[in-house]
Parts: sequence; structure tokens; C-alpha cells
Amino acid sequence: MKMNNVYVYRAFERFWHWSQALLIIFLAVTGFEVHGAISFFGFEEAVAYHSTAAWALIILIVFAAFWHLTTGEWRQYIPTLTHIRSYLNYYVFGIFRNAPHPTKKTVLSKLNPLQKLVYFALKTIVLPAMLISGLLYSLYRYPQRHGIEALNVESLHSIAIVHTIGAFLLIAFLVAHLYLITTGESLFSNLKAMLTGYEEVPDPSEAEHTATIAALDKEDA
Amino acid sequence: MKNILLILVSGAVTLLVAFTLLLPTGTPTPPLTELRERMRVKPTSGVDHSLFPSLQREFEDPREVTASCIACHNHRHTEVMQSNHWNWEREEYLEGRGVTYIGKKNAMNNYCIGAMGNEQSCAKCHIGLGMTAEGFSFTDPKNIDCLVCHDNTESYAKASEKAGAPDPTLDFGYIARNVGRPQRSNCGVCHFYGGGGNNVKHGDLEEALFYPLRDVDVHMGVDGADLSCIDCHTTENHNIAGKLYSLSSMNRNRISCEDCHGETPHEKGILNNHTLKVACQTCHIPVYAKVNPTKTHWDWSTVGALNDGVPIEEEDADGNISYMSSKGSFEWGKQLIPEYVWFNGTASHYLLGDVYDESATSISLNILRGSYSDEDSKIIPVKIHRAVQPADSVHRMLIMPKLYAEQEGEGALWLDFDWVRASEAGMRHAELPFSGHVRFVNTEMYWPINHMVSPKEETVQCAECHTRENGRLAALTDFYMPGRDYSIVVDTGGSVLLLLTLLGITVHGSLRIVAWRRNRKRGDE
Repeated sequence: MKMNNVYVYRAFERFWHWSQALLIIFLAVTGFEVHGAISFFGFEEAVAYHSTAAWALIILIVFAAFWHLTTGEWRQYIPTLTHIRSYLNYYVFGIFRNAPHPTKKTVLSKLNPLQKLVYFALKTIVLPAMLISGLLYSLYRYPQRHGIEALNVESLHSIAIVHTIGAFLLIAFLVAHLYLITTGESLFSNLKAMLTGYEEVPDPSEAEHTATIAALDKEDA
Repeated sequence: MKNILLILVSGAVTLLVAFTLLLPTGTPTPPLTELRERMRVKPTSGVDHSLFPSLQREFEDPREVTASCIACHNHRHTEVMQSNHWNWEREEYLEGRGVTYIGKKNAMNNYCIGAMGNEQSCAKCHIGLGMTAEGFSFTDPKNIDCLVCHDNTESYAKASEKAGAPDPTLDFGYIARNVGRPQRSNCGVCHFYGGGGNNVKHGDLEEALFYPLRDVDVHMGVDGADLSCIDCHTTENHNIAGKLYSLSSMNRNRISCEDCHGETPHEKGILNNHTLKVACQTCHIPVYAKVNPTKTHWDWSTVGALNDGVPIEEEDADGNISYMSSKGSFEWGKQLIPEYVWFNGTASHYLLGDVYDESATSISLNILRGSYSDEDSKIIPVKIHRAVQPADSVHRMLIMPKLYAEQEGEGALWLDFDWVRASEAGMRHAELPFSGHVRFVNTEMYWPINHMVSPKEETVQCAECHTRENGRLAALTDFYMPGRDYSIVVDTGGSVLLLLTLLGITVHGSLRIVAWRRNRKRGDE
């Protein structure tokens, strides 16, 4: 099969990905220390680090959102139901038979349909829930004194519960994600792509690609 | 496009760096410096009483001294006679009880139980002279004992069981010529010895505070701020600010740390946030009874064990009295970690004659009100003194027994060791019914801990409360505290989810390895 070295992930995308990854891992460690589940930095330090890292992540998210909107990359995450079954088939059967990936990774379509679905859920449900519950957690004051009148939530309980659920989901995602990146063309091709931006992808010659898509559509139908 | 990206990335990095650099800065001027400057100036007296002609004489009796005081300070006695130091009661509004006059006259405690009928003995700590059970004139200004508070020679002392009268051999003239602002010794001589001995009652007020070092009390430390009692307990017209909730009920005339230190004294915002719900004392008084032990438990039910008819006294390993035939069994503690309660500044009280609730395992003699959801409440440290004390099992009333008498046979418990007779005499004096049946009940008293503030290096650390097991606030369960609380459902569910994920990738990964080997083999063939 003819391979092309394609520039898939641009500089900002990679910067965003890796700094977000580091921040989320750091937030998980400090967060579970604040939660009382582990002890590593010490409670006081964990709280301080967690807040600082959270604000850093918020700033990063603002820039990333701007980047996605201006470049139109947000369209990558629009979920689709087509090819879902062939991808499930691929991960449950095909992968063990050395079958090719059902769709080709291209600059125009970096995410496979399962990824689209999961990332869409992350970005529309889990991350906003974490962001909002985290901000409420951080700004929570009860009762309102010293001129802080904006927020009057009576109990931290529900806020903390939402934040903890989100944390577990994110860690589960991270674990699965770390495994799934080994399922690319080769074990490390995905990792290499996210580091260098370039990935060896099968030549998306027009005819072949059209044929694959047609075959997939048939399968789905 | 590449340029835009570059700008974005460098912008993000700059912002992140700027943000982290900006976080710890913005330190306000330390307000402590200003406070230290202010408190360094010690007040001096405007007059020298030793030069007054009217005091150049001998005084036979402290009443004559009082008359001389009033001759010049000709309005002060009316102020004194309005004070609760004088009246032993004050007007309070108690929820569910209405306007009540409450004080040593009618409140019960779980040490020596109460003053009624025992005035002869208890009046050692009254600012009056000649206070006996039979009669005392609260309206005669000559009964005011000016010297007990204003003696600056440290030689004035009240005699035991003499109804508030001093030792008659004292040189009252010398003392009268050396009066001034109350010193620590004036306040301490009563307030450090409440309950009949050093530190018995409070736990945070004791003779170590006459000359403490700052690690015992950062405010009173002679090597620290060296403040005296009335620097904080400011006084106007003989009305002394600050009060104790063994006898007080309303949220008024209090003093607080915030009066000097402000409501947000910390450099770290996260600590200032705590001040909404946590009193300063909670973190800044990590232990109390730092130097000498305080009484923690008093069991009256064991009164009366005699050795051949002779009263006995026993000591524990540390030399504290652990048993007295007249008073029962005691437990003591030193370097104690406080217990913690919510408190909104109001209390309710068990008063003499109240009917108690039989179903309660322990009767609270002063219930400190408050809860998390009450926005005026804060967590405060308390000493809880627990006791076993006599009650009338038929009328369900705590008994005020007659404890003290000059001689045997008058029914005084401390001399005759007879609960029924002592109860009968005490309740008759209180004009309350007595069925003749004595039982013993558990009681509790709450003593807010306000003194013995430690230097900041010894402050309670975050993880002493924010911890899952055995934290200082483990008993306060009506709110969610990070580090302590969690949902078992969420934490278990989350852990199961993580395990399943790991299991899933392990199985999938193993299968891939197996498949890869098999495929390679086929390829080889």
C-alpha cells in the first residue's frame, strides 16, 4: 500500500493537546488529594496547585475554543452515525485479523466516528460540567459576606459530587485513550503524529478512497 | 495562518506565565505591625492616689475604704451596682423562655452545682462584702468591694468562707493608697480559680496567665504583646465587654478577635474564606490547658466513702485530686485538644427548677445554639465538662443540694455526707419541691475556648480537619467538607469504572498480542 507522509496536527493543536494532557493529569493528582483519596503534595499545597492549574486550563480552553472556531476545526467533532457499526466491528473483530481501518485519517477528517462521538460527549457534557462545578467549587462562599454577593449556594455537597463524577470519567477516558492510541497504523504512529504533526497515512488516492467509502456505506446499510 | 497560530500560542504562554506570576503577589500591609505599635503604648494613671489627703489614714474595714472611694468618685458606685459582677444576674432573652433574669443566682453548673444556699462560701468571688445566704443588701453601696478589682499591690485577698470579706489583718490604708486600673492579678484571682482551684472550670484561664510566655498565650505573653485582661475586655462605666456562655444567653456585649484583627486578616485568600464559617479560635488555639490540668469529669455519685468515719482524699498519678469524700470523683486533663461545635452567639440554659427530658442521655446545662445552615454560626472550640450529678427522680429536676455549713448536723453534704438531707435543705432554700428520691444523671457544660492563642507557627494545619479519618471536625457532620466527605456511591462507582476500563484494555490488548503472533506465524508459513 502506498503511504503518504501527511501533516495532520498543526503546531497549536499539538501545543493545546499536550498542555491539556499534562494539566488534566496534574489536576487529577491534586484533585484526588483534595478529595482525600490519595496523599502526595500535602492538602494545602494540593489545593493551591489545583486552583492554579485549573485557571491555566481555563485559559487554555478559551484559546483552544477560539482556534477551533476561527479555523473551522470544530466541525471535526460533529458526531455522525455513519460507519459506527463498521468501527465497532473493527475494534471487536477486524483489529485481530490485521484488517485495515474502516476509514482513512485525513487532514479533513482526523477523527473516526467513535472518536467523534466520545469527544463530542466530552466537550459538550463532561468538560462543561467540570468547568462549571469547578468554578462553583472555587467561588463557593456560604454565607455571603465581605461583599461577595454573586453566588449563594447553600451546600458544597452537590457541586463536589458532580465534580468527582466528572473526574472519574476523565480518568477513565485518559486510560482508554492511552490504550487506543496504540491501535493506529502501527503501535506508535498516532503518538508520533501528535508529537511531530506528521503521520504516515495510506495514500488517499481518489479512486481507492471512493471505493472504501462506498463499501462502508454498503456495510452500514 | 501560521502567523495567527504563532501569535495565539505565544499569547497563551505569556498569559499563563503572567497569571502564575501574579497569583502570589499583592500582599497587603501586615496589619499586625500596626496593632503591635498601638498596643505597645501602655496606659498610665492620671492621678497618684498615694498623695490624696483623704487616704492618709488607717482603715479598719474595707467598707470605710469604699466610702472614701465614693466620696470622690461619687457616681461610680451606681455603675457598679448595675453590673452583673455585682448583681450576679442580668436580663436576657432566651428563645422559648422569653425575658429571663439569669446569673449565678439561678443557673446550675456541673461543678459545685450552684451558688444558692452556699453564698457564704461562694461570695469569695463576689465583688461585694457581707454576702450570706440569709441576706445581702444589693442596694447598699458600702457593700461594694472596690479593692478586689483595683488593688495594685497584689496584697488584697478575700478570705475563704467569710461571705466575701477580706482577711482582716490586711493593711487597707496601704492598699487604698495604691489603687489603679485592674491588673491581671485582680481578674485572675477569681477567674483563674473558678470551681475551687486553679484552671478547674475554664481550661484556658489559669494562673499560668499571670506571667506566661508567648507560646502559652501570644497576647498575654510577657515576651510577646504583654496585654492585660482589660486591653481586650474593654470597659466603659464599669460595664466590662466580653462574657461567658455558662451564664450568658444573648449575642451582645461580646468581644471578638475581629475587633482588632479584622475579618480577613490572612494573606492567603483561602484562609480568609474560612472566616465565614470558622472562628479564629478554632485554628489558633490548637490545645488548651497548656500548662496546668483542668477538670474534665466530675462524678458526684461517689460522695461519702469514709475511712473509719474520716473523710478521705485521693490523688491520681499526676498529683491531681481524684477523689474527695465530700465531692466525689474527678478526672483531669492537660494539653487537651478542644471539641468543636457550631455557635451563633446565643445559648439556652437549664435553670434551677426546670424539668429535664428523661429520654436524653445527657442534660446540657448550657446549650450553645448554631448549625451549618445558620448563617450567623461559626465553628468554635469548646471544653465540654461532663458530670454525674444529683436529680430528683420524681420531679425530674436537678437538685441544688446544701453543700456548705459552719457545722455538722445542718444537712450540709460536705459535712454530713447525706444526699437526701442535703437535697431537702437545698431545695427548701430554693423554694422548690423535693420528693425525697435522689438519682444521678449525666450532664454537660460547654466552655468556649478563647484564651491561650498560640503563635501562628503552631496553628492547626489544613489536614488536621481536611482528612478522612479522625479529623478535628469529625463530629460536625451537617455539611460537606473537602478532604473529609465523599459519596460512597460515586467513589465506588468511579473505582469500578476505572477497573473495568483497565480490565477492558488488558483483555483487548492481550487478544491483540495473541492475534498478532498468530498472524505473524501464518505469514511465516
